Amino acid sequence: MTPPPSAPSIPPTFSVVAETEAGHSPWSDAWHRLGRNRLAVAGGCLLLVLAVACIVGPWFSAYSYEDQNLDLGAAPPGAQHWLGTDTLGRDLLVRILYGGRISLGVGLCATMVALSLGVTYGAIAGFFGGKTDMFLMRVVDIMYALPFTIFVILLMVFFGRNIVLLFLAIGAVEWLTMARIVRGQVMALKKMEFIEAAQVLGFGRRRIIFRHMIPNVLGPIIVYATLTIPAVMLLEAFLSFLGLGVQPPMSSWGTLIKDGAEKMEEFPWLILYPGAIFSLTLFSLNFVGDGLRDALDVRAAKD
Amino acid sequence: MFRFLVRRLLQTVPVLFVILTATFFMVRFVPGGPFTAEKSVAPEIQRNLEAYYGLNQPLWRQYLDYLGRLAHGDLGPSFKYTNRTVNEIIADKLPVSLELGAEALVIALALGLTAGIVAALRRNTWIDYAASSLAMTGICVPTFVMGPLLVLLFAIQLGWLNASGWYAWPDRLLPALTLGFVYAAYIARLTRGGMLEVLHQDFIRTARAKGASEIRIVFHHALRGALLPVVSFLGPAIAGILTGSFVIETIFQIPGLGREFVNSAFNRDYTLVLGTVILYATLLIALNLAVDIVLVWLNPRLKFE
Amino acid sequence: MSRVSLPSASLLPAAVCCLGLLLGACGHRETGVERGIREQVLHRGLGSDVAELDPHLITGLAEINVVSALFEGLVAEDPRDLHPVPGVAERWDVSPDNRVYTFHLRPTARWSNNAQVTASDFVASFRRVLTRGLAADYATLLYVVANAEAYHKGRLTDFAQVGFAAPDERTLRITLTNPVPYFLSLLTHPAWFPVYPPALEGAGPPDRRGSRWTRPETIVGNGPFVLKEWRPNQVLIVSKSPTYWDAAAVRLQAIHFHPIDSVDTEERAFRAGQLHLTEALPVGKVDSYRRHEPTVLRIEPFLGTYFYRLNVTQPFLNDKKVRRALLLAIDRQVIVEKITRGGQQPATSFVPPAFAGYAPPGDARRDVAAARQLLAEAGYPGGQGLPAFDILFNTSENHRLIAEAVQEMWRRELGVKIRLVNMEQKTVLETRRALDYQILRSVWSADYLDPTSFLGVFASDSGNNHTGWADARYDALLQEAALTADPAARADLLRRAESMLLDEAPLIPIYYYTTVRLVHPSVQGWYPTPLDHHPYKHIWLEN
Repeated sequence: MTPPPSAPSIPPTFSVVAETEAGHSPWSDAWHRLGRNRLAVAGGCLLLVLAVACIVGPWFSAYSYEDQNLDLGAAPPGAQHWLGTDTLGRDLLVRILYGGRISLGVGLCATMVALSLGVTYGAIAGFFGGKTDMFLMRVVDIMYALPFTIFVILLMVFFGRNIVLLFLAIGAVEWLTMARIVRGQVMALKKMEFIEAAQVLGFGRRRIIFRHMIPNVLGPIIVYATLTIPAVMLLEAFLSFLGLGVQPPMSSWGTLIKDGAEKMEEFPWLILYPGAIFSLTLFSLNFVGDGLRDALDVRAAKD
Repeated sequence: MFRFLVRRLLQTVPVLFVILTATFFMVRFVPGGPFTAEKSVAPEIQRNLEAYYGLNQPLWRQYLDYLGRLAHGDLGPSFKYTNRTVNEIIADKLPVSLELGAEALVIALALGLTAGIVAALRRNTWIDYAASSLAMTGICVPTFVMGPLLVLLFAIQLGWLNASGWYAWPDRLLPALTLGFVYAAYIARLTRGGMLEVLHQDFIRTARAKGASEIRIVFHHALRGALLPVVSFLGPAIAGILTGSFVIETIFQIPGLGREFVNSAFNRDYTLVLGTVILYATLLIALNLAVDIVLVWLNPRLKFE
Repeated sequence: MSRVSLPSASLLPAAVCCLGLLLGACGHRETGVERGIREQVLHRGLGSDVAELDPHLITGLAEINVVSALFEGLVAEDPRDLHPVPGVAERWDVSPDNRVYTFHLRPTARWSNNAQVTASDFVASFRRVLTRGLAADYATLLYVVANAEAYHKGRLTDFAQVGFAAPDERTLRITLTNPVPYFLSLLTHPAWFPVYPPALEGAGPPDRRGSRWTRPETIVGNGPFVLKEWRPNQVLIVSKSPTYWDAAAVRLQAIHFHPIDSVDTEERAFRAGQLHLTEALPVGKVDSYRRHEPTVLRIEPFLGTYFYRLNVTQPFLNDKKVRRALLLAIDRQVIVEKITRGGQQPATSFVPPAFAGYAPPGDARRDVAAARQLLAEAGYPGGQGLPAFDILFNTSENHRLIAEAVQEMWRRELGVKIRLVNMEQKTVLETRRALDYQILRSVWSADYLDPTSFLGVFASDSGNNHTGWADARYDALLQEAALTADPAARADLLRRAESMLLDEAPLIPIYYYTTVRLVHPSVQGWYPTPLDHHPYKHIWLEN
C-alpha cells in the first residue's frame, strides 16, 4: 500500500476561497495541468488527427463513399484499397472517414446536449430538493419508461426525417441517467461545509450551483460522458434502422460496425478496422476525460 | 423514513398513470396497425378483426375499457400471439429474463467493483491500466460482437457449450457473461472515478493520518462516497438488465422478455407494448426508490425528505 | 428449467475450465444432431416464432411448416413436386363440367384422440373459416366454392346454400362457382384443413379468435404428428401420432422446431450441431459454404419474386415511358451474381417460370439503349428535368445493398437521381397503403400453384395492388382466363395479361427467390419444392 501523501490538507472552503484569490484563475491552472498529462495530450492529439482526417481525408481519396465496384466485391486490404472494400466494392477507408464525420459529430454533439441538459436538470433537482426534486425526478421516471422505438417513429411521423430529430431522440434518452447521477452527487455535496459556507456568505443559488457545485461533481460527469459517447454512436445505428440517422449509401461507424459484425467470419476487415478506429477514439476520449478530471480536481492538484 | 416511503408510493400512482396514458395514445398514433402485413388482409376481414378486438370503438372508449380491465389485473389479449394473453406472455418470459439478469448483475458487480476499486487504489500503475483497459474493452466491443465471438470460441471451436438455447445451466454462461461484461465496464469506470474523487477528501486523509488500514479506509470510509454515482447509475440499469436484453436474447435464442419490448413495438401489438411498459415502469420506479434510500444510507448527512 | 445462481464471477472462468476438462475427459460430446439421428428426432430451425397453430388463422410460413405436421387436408402433397396426392380423401371424382368434386374419405382416417375423421367435420371446419367473427385471413381462398363469398360477406345467412355437402360421413361434395384448374392444389393450404369440432367447443366458442384449443393439452389433430410441447421463443415439439392412417410410413419419432429469428444465430446453432435444418443462411456465408462445405448447402427455387412497385399516381412516374426506362436499365444479372449470391435468377417477368404449363413472357430484360431512348422520348434526355425519386424499403441489409446498386445503375445509365429511404416494416406498409411512396421494394410469393396467384395482385380490385395502376383490359384478360377450361388457351390469356403488365410497368421485377439453407447430410427424403413445403411423413434421418 502506498503511504498517504504528506501534503497538508486543504481547508474545505478552498473553492470558495480560490475564487477570491487574485491572479491566475482555476481554469487556466487546470489547462496548465492538463498540458502536463502525457496520456491526455496524446489522446487529444489523436482525436484531433482523427477528426481532421475524417473532414479532410476524403478529399484526397480517389474514391467516394458511394463509388461501387461490383466486380471487385469484398476485397481484403491491399495497395489499391488500404483497408479493403465492402461487399459492393466500396473503399472501406473512405467509408470509415465519412462515417467518422457523422459519428464524431453525433457522438460529441448529442453527448453535449445530454450533458448540459442532464447536468443542469440534475443539479437543480439535487440542490433544491424537496418538492422540486420529487417532481423533476418523477418526470425523469416517466421519460425513462416511455417506449423508445414508438417515440422515435412518432417523431418521424410528425416532423419528417430531420437531423435535428436525431439529436432530439438521442438527447431524450441519454440525459436521464446523467441527471440522476448529478442529482445524487449534488445532494451529497449540498451538505458539505464549503457549500454551507457559501450559502452563509449569501451567494446566489445560481452562483452556488454553477460555480461551486458543478465543478465539484465534474469527475463523475466526465466519466459518465465518456461512457455516453459510445452509447450514442451505437444508438445512432439503431436509429438508422428506424429510418432516422444516416441514410444509405452514407455510412456511420455504428452502421459499419453493425454490418461488419454480421460478416466477421467471412470478411474480418469489415469489422476489424471500423472497430479499431471506434476503439481508438474511445480510448483517446477516455484519456482526455481522465486527464480533464484530474486537472479540474482542485484538491488532488495540490497534493 | 416511513412517511417518505408512503409519500413515494403514493406518487407512483400518478406517475404510472401518466406513463400508461401517454403510451396508450402514442402506440395508436404510430403508422400501421397489428394487422398491417406484406400481404394485405381483405378489407372485410380487416373490419371483422377490428370489431373482434374492439378497435372500431372510439379511442377514448377503448382507453376506458383498457383501464377497466387493467384495474382487474388483466393486460388483455396479445394481437400477435392470438391465443395468449399479455399476462401469460409476461409470466412465461419474465422469469427467464430475471434469472439471466440476476446472473449478469452478479458478474457485473463483482467484476466492475473490483476492477474499479483496484484501479483507483493503484492509480497510474500497470494494474490501473490493465483494469481500465479491460473496462474499456467492455465499452468498445458491443454485445453484438462480443456474443458471437464467445459463441465461435466456446461453442464452435471448442465444442464445450451450445451455441444458443436455454435448456440446461451451461446455456446460461455465455449470455450472462456477455451481458454482465458491458455493465461491469460501466461500473468499473464509475467506481474508479468515484473512488478517486473520494480518496482525496479530508476525512480519508484524516483516517490515513490516524493509521487506519488501507482495507478499512476503502470499505469503511471511501466506498460509501465513491459509490454514489454507481448507485445512481444502477437504478435504471438494473431495471434494464432484469427486463431482458433484445440483443443478447436474439444472439443466444433466449425466451426472455427483452425481445418483446422491441418486437411488440414493431408488431404494433398494442396490448403487449402497454404490458411491457407497465412492467418496466413499475420496476424502474421501485428501483429508483431503492436508489434514493441507498443514497441516504450511504451518506448519513442526508435525510429523507 | 433448472435455476442456478453463480456464486461469484471469479468462479466463472474456473467453472468454464472445469466443464471443459470434464467434457474433454468424457471424449466427444454427443450433439443434438447426432442424438437425433440415433433416435429419429429431427431438429429444424424456423425463421420466426410461431404465433398461432390454428390452421384457419395462421398466416406465416413458419406456422405452415408446423401445422402441416399436425393436420392433413383432403389431399396431401407429393414430397417431390407437391402435386396433390390422396390425403384424408382416398380418391375423388370430378364432374364433367369440372365444377363438382366428390371426395371419398378413407375409413382409416383418425383424429389424434382416435375419433373418425368425418365429412361433417370438414363441413363444420369450412363453415368456421367462413364465419365473419373468426376473421380468418385466408377465408378468401374458399371463395371459389359456390356461394362461399356471399355467406362470408353476410349476404347469405343459410350455410346449407354454400357448395359444401356431406351426403354421408365418408363422402364430401364441393361445388365450385367456376371450374378452377388448380382446385386440388388449393386444398393443401391450411385454410382447407379440418379441425375437430368437439376439441374447439371444449375450449370456448369455436368460431371466436383467441381460443386456446391449440395448446398441447387440448389440441386434436389428424396429421402424422401430435403436439407435445409449445414453449414460445424456445422450442416446439411434435411427436409421431399413433392414430395417423399412414403411421406405418412415418419414420421420424419427433420433430423439434427451433424458432430462431436471427439467421446468424441459426447458422451458428447448425455449426454447433444443434440443428439438422436451417430455415435460411446469411447472405455473406453462402460463398464460404459453397467453397468449403457444398454438401450441406441447399439452394432451391422458391415461388417468389423480388420487385419494385412504381406508384403511377405520382408525377413523372405516371408516364409509362419513364417507368419502362427504369425497368429496362436494371442489370439483374449483376444483382443476383454480386449481391444476393444465393442462386437467385434474374426476373424477366413477374411470374416465376415454375408453373407447369405456363411460360412467362420474359420481357423485362436489360436494354440500356432502349431505356435511354424512352427517357428522351418522354422529354427527359439524360435524366434532365426529372426530380430525384425515393426508393423506399424496410430496413434490411439485403434490401439496402440492392437499392444502392439500383441507385448507381439508374444514375450511371439514365442520369436519374435516387434517394434511398429506409423505415421499419409497418411504417413502410402504411406508407404503401396510403400510396405515399414513389418506388417501393416489394415481394410476392405464391399461395397456391397457379400463375393467377401472382397475376391477381395487379387486378384493379386487388387489395394487394398498391400502385394505383388499374387497367380494364388487364382485368378482362384475367376474367376471361378464369372462365376458360382449355389449359393452353387459358395459359395464353394469362401470358397476354402479363405481357401487358410488363409493358405498362407499374412494377419492375428484379429476381426470383430461392430458399438457401443448410441441410445436414443425414436428412433423407428432403426435396426441393417451389413452395418450400416438405411433407414430414416422407423424411427420415440416416447417416
